[in-house]
Amino acid sequence: MAGLTRADVEHVAFLARLRLTDAELDRLEGQLNHILDQYAKLSELDTSAIPPTAQTIELENILREDVAGPSLAVEDVIRNAASTDGDFIVVPPILGGDAG
Amino acid sequence: MTVVADVTRLRGHELAARLRSGELSSRDITLAHLELAERQNHALNAWLVIEREKALAEADAADARVAAARDEGQGALDALHPLLGMPVALKDLISVAGGQCTAGSRILEGYVAPYDAHITERLRDAGAVILGKTNMDEFAMGSSNEYSGFGPVSNPWDLDTVPGGSSGGSAAAVAAYHSPFGLGTDTGGSIRQPAALTGTVGLKPTYGRVSRYGIVAFASSLDQIGPFARDSRDAAALLHAVAGRDDRDSTSAPVPVPDELLRLPGSDDEAAAWLRGKRLGLPAEYFVKGMEPGVETRIREAVDALESAGATIEEVSLPHTDYGLATYYIVVPAEASANLARYDGVRYGRSIRLPGADFIADYLATRGDGFGPEVKRRIMLGTYALSAGYYDAFYLKAQKVRTLIKRDFDEVFESGIDALVAPTSPSVAFKFGARTADPVAMYLSDACTLPANMAGIAGVSLPCGLSDGLPVGLQFIGPPWSELELLRFGRAYEAITADAEWRSLEPAQLAMADDPAGPTPVQRAARLAA
Repeated sequence: MAGLTRADVEHVAFLARLRLTDAELDRLEGQLNHILDQYAKLSELDTSAIPPTAQTIELENILREDVAGPSLAVEDVIRNAASTDGDFIVVPPILGGDAG
Repeated sequence: MTVVADVTRLRGHELAARLRSGELSSRDITLAHLELAERQNHALNAWLVIEREKALAEADAADARVAAARDEGQGALDALHPLLGMPVALKDLISVAGGQCTAGSRILEGYVAPYDAHITERLRDAGAVILGKTNMDEFAMGSSNEYSGFGPVSNPWDLDTVPGGSSGGSAAAVAAYHSPFGLGTDTGGSIRQPAALTGTVGLKPTYGRVSRYGIVAFASSLDQIGPFARDSRDAAALLHAVAGRDDRDSTSAPVPVPDELLRLPGSDDEAAAWLRGKRLGLPAEYFVKGMEPGVETRIREAVDALESAGATIEEVSLPHTDYGLATYYIVVPAEASANLARYDGVRYGRSIRLPGADFIADYLATRGDGFGPEVKRRIMLGTYALSAGYYDAFYLKAQKVRTLIKRDFDEVFESGIDALVAPTSPSVAFKFGARTADPVAMYLSDACTLPANMAGIAGVSLPCGLSDGLPVGLQFIGPPWSELELLRFGRAYEAITADAEWRSLEPAQLAMADDPAGPTPVQRAARLAA
């Protein structure tokens, strides 16, 4: 399987929203390629006729009655947020401004 | 009143009997365990927080329930759950309302759980006493507890070695007699492997047996909660307390939880007699390359003992075992990278907001700063495996191989095999730093445990002696919902080896943990690295 270049590692880190140091990127490039080499073993198996398994218990479409119930207290929920204003969580702007 | 020499050395069922007879109160039991845990945590680092005041309040409430039952009569006393008044150690990814829940990560430092996990509620119903929260590999990613954001944990058998992981704190706490009961989670072996390395009993139930509501998610199609204890009867009682359907976890299954879990035989003769005629499969593939000879010797002896006691041993094959590791390390990082996308520093957890920067820069900084090395590695692997152009080659392929791994087990159990018997870990506890340089070496620690997670089935690890003075774990693996049978196998194995000399041994370096001037696990790890 194709190896990851340094640029690939940087791109994946951006997709994963991880700011990594140069030392971390260097180390990960080697380690990820070493791990990807282990994956190559799977190509020994012909799985063209094998269905995938996403979960192992035979439960499907578990639904509940659409009944309103009590929610958590607002103060218990927002106490964990970095920035709050009254009963609200202050989030970073995602529209307009510099972020475009 | 009889003086009990050391309350902490008693098993849960022995404590429960003394609680009912009035010989001990839950406050006595709780105080004895708290004092030991507080004294030794400097040397073991098994606990991230010890909740003395809350635990004593829960103990007093339990004592009130015992007193009320005693007034009512013997029937009411007999109806009390065996967990009533008993100390329990919770892995620090299980929510307890108003308490910390770090999942071993700096990114969740300071987070206060707004609600109880389902299993926390179940423990409260049973009347258990939550002693505190235990150390773990960050987000349960690791096999040595060295990837905790809050320092490594020492194994009480040799303080320079790891207790296994990721539930290393719960395992070490139970092995060190800080608590008779512990709870952990097992995604690829995170209960069974530390149980093996610390000489405790650890059970991974069938996927769906225990509700995951209120547990920090890692790999959602594999994570399962299960008990640690110092024997099968206690593990069964704790499983009974927490198992069962919960509407808030749609993957928790509506399968009855057998009350027989509370009635595993106390008599060794009865426990051993149950083995006669049982068919145990010995999977050749589990005696893996690189397995320590001392581990293999102990496992072969255990298998011989089971055979001598009347079980039939049959060689079986699980031909796709060797593909388990690669499959696991695609599926798990993929699920983990999706689950951990939620840590964005907005609603909870560590948050870095850079003045003048856009929100993407805030995410990058928050996550880059908050996550440790193994978590970053898995997020990177998972993000890559799920990215455009690679999904079919990695994730879909792995899911198909997962089908083949599951079919191997289905075929063996359909042939009439009651359970598989195998090693839990190919090695005994290893020194700090021995596997951190090479992620693949660390991943191999779970080669014998992760196939059961891939198939969603149950497994239990039990101590079966020592190799080089360190515990070896014997694993029984069974079909879905076979926890009761697995624990009966465990109880039978305990019965037929009840007189073995190693059973009388306490962890060899536990007494060293009493030295308040002794090195911490962080200092031990640094010394070994130097």
